[in-house]
Amino acid sequence: MHMADALISPAVGGTMWATTAALAAYSAKELRRSEDDQKVPLMGVLGAFIFAAQMINFTIPATGSSGHLGGGMILAILLGPPAAFLTMASVLAVQALFFADGGLLALGCNVFNLGFFSCFVAYPLVYRRIAGTTQTPGRILAGSMLASILALQLGAFGVVLETTLSGISELPFGTFVLLMQPIHLAIGIVEGLVTAAVVTFVWRARPEVLEAAATGKARSAFPLKGVLAGLLAVTVVTGGALSWFASAHPDGLEWSMFRTAGKEELEAPSRGPHAWLGHFQQRTAILPDYGFPAEEAEHGQAEVAEEEPSAAEPWPAVSAGTTVSGLVGAVLTLALAGLIGLGLRRYRSRS
Amino acid sequence: MAGIEASLFDLSRFDTLSRLDTPIHRLEPRVKVLTTMAFVVAVVSFDKYQVGALLPFLLYPVVLISLGDLPLGYLASKVLAAAPFAFFVGVFNPVFDREILVRLGPVAVTGGWLSFASILLRFVLTVTAALALVATTGMYDLCRALERLGLPRAFTVQLLFLYRYLFVLVEEASRMHRARSLRSFGHRGTGLRVYGQMLGQLLLRTLDRAQRVHAAMLCRGFTGELHLIRSASIGPKDVLFLCGWIGAFALMRIYDLPAWVGRAATGLVP
Repeated sequence: MHMADALISPAVGGTMWATTAALAAYSAKELRRSEDDQKVPLMGVLGAFIFAAQMINFTIPATGSSGHLGGGMILAILLGPPAAFLTMASVLAVQALFFADGGLLALGCNVFNLGFFSCFVAYPLVYRRIAGTTQTPGRILAGSMLASILALQLGAFGVVLETTLSGISELPFGTFVLLMQPIHLAIGIVEGLVTAAVVTFVWRARPEVLEAAATGKARSAFPLKGVLAGLLAVTVVTGGALSWFASAHPDGLEWSMFRTAGKEELEAPSRGPHAWLGHFQQRTAILPDYGFPAEEAEHGQAEVAEEEPSAAEPWPAVSAGTTVSGLVGAVLTLALAGLIGLGLRRYRSRS
Repeated sequence: MAGIEASLFDLSRFDTLSRLDTPIHRLEPRVKVLTTMAFVVAVVSFDKYQVGALLPFLLYPVVLISLGDLPLGYLASKVLAAAPFAFFVGVFNPVFDREILVRLGPVAVTGGWLSFASILLRFVLTVTAALALVATTGMYDLCRALERLGLPRAFTVQLLFLYRYLFVLVEEASRMHRARSLRSFGHRGTGLRVYGQMLGQLLLRTLDRAQRVHAAMLCRGFTGELHLIRSASIGPKDVLFLCGWIGAFALMRIYDLPAWVGRAATGLVP
């Protein structure tokens, strides 16, 4: 369920990056405030543990498939929400960088989907309420089961929402939800079982580990309301600003932003309003946007153009002649890129 | 089993690659991070039916790979291994979007196939660029760059820890895994009960290790941040790299270069 860069629009990616960065800054501040800085080495090592643990599988009875640990919930149980969130973020960063699992721009989405929901929602609202301070194997099982299921359902819903808002995939919202939620129900159950098994083992062998974790983070469960309000504000402001810019100046602005800002070029090109409102459009319009680009192209009408400025761009409006030249151009570009690569490599090996 | 050793191999392979000494490796890490982010944003910002206009962006990974002496086949296999999610989400596009957008003689191409091709191309571009970034920069310099770009220190320091202990713990996990495999016949012993105990053991050992590490670091004066001796400053070459590429991305984003080339080429023929 790692989102890839290929499936998101800059507006969605940028918004989620801003949200995640705000959460990370909040978590780092919270760590410093509670003088948990000494946790930092522990966080790193536990992050590495999650990796190592993911490489061991177990067989799920009667299905022939195998499962492994996802990690968000167990980190929250061992470290408390802020530290667990940062650790999860670094686990996902390493997955994106070394295993191409999720992209750079999509990292914000992934950290939010897999980190925020398990650390800041499911853990304080479900696990702590059920398992709390008086832990028993039964409570641990129930708590981690329900919390994992909730976290994964929310995470999967996040994936669907982000994908739909980006408007790159054609999967209708409803179909995608029906695909993702049941799969992640199964994954959530497995995750809950695994988390419970590991936590119960630790609880039996070294209960003080869990107690230390449980008492150390009691206070971080409370400012959740503030966090959520802040998050909502960040999301609305960045998302709103991004889509407004995008719709106002589909091409000129992104160009100037590129020049001036470099990295944070946050335009959300032709698909701006669509990206932000896509979901609502699809619900309100019986004939959602799928049919329109082609019709526009056929009739050459510009009436929907402000909604879909892309219609003015070459692809949808092509005739056979331009298609041929487009293909020729593509092939030549590919050949050129290959030649440049070969030339540079030859140059490198000679020097 | 193969999975564990393969991942370990991947990690150490990237580590080795990042120690090469090429013009790309010598660039300032922050510059590479910023350029790669600009690249990803530019690629992702295209309309979903664009395929041709995306092609010039291949230049960036191509230059990184060839000037950085990176093994192309190896990177390609990594990209393929990561493809399933984008592929399975994208493969529905041809199903749902059947409007014909392009006709080429008898062949009619629907919007769905175009956007599917676009998704795959975006995927290859962004993933290759990210992998090339790591392979030419290395985790330590990357973390430093992220910190100097403003990410919280608690995050970057523990990211470094994670990377440092990844090798140790993955090896430990692979030993446990091998021990279990040698003792379990058929599917006996590979179920949840043994698995939970194994992970629990690994976790306890990890916690002990973390405690020892932390004590040892405190003895050596650790105050919550890591000091690296290497100092990196942005030189003229770095500025040129950053500005040159961003200018190039802007050009490629605004003008559909392959279409021009194609029109020019087909104009010559008849």
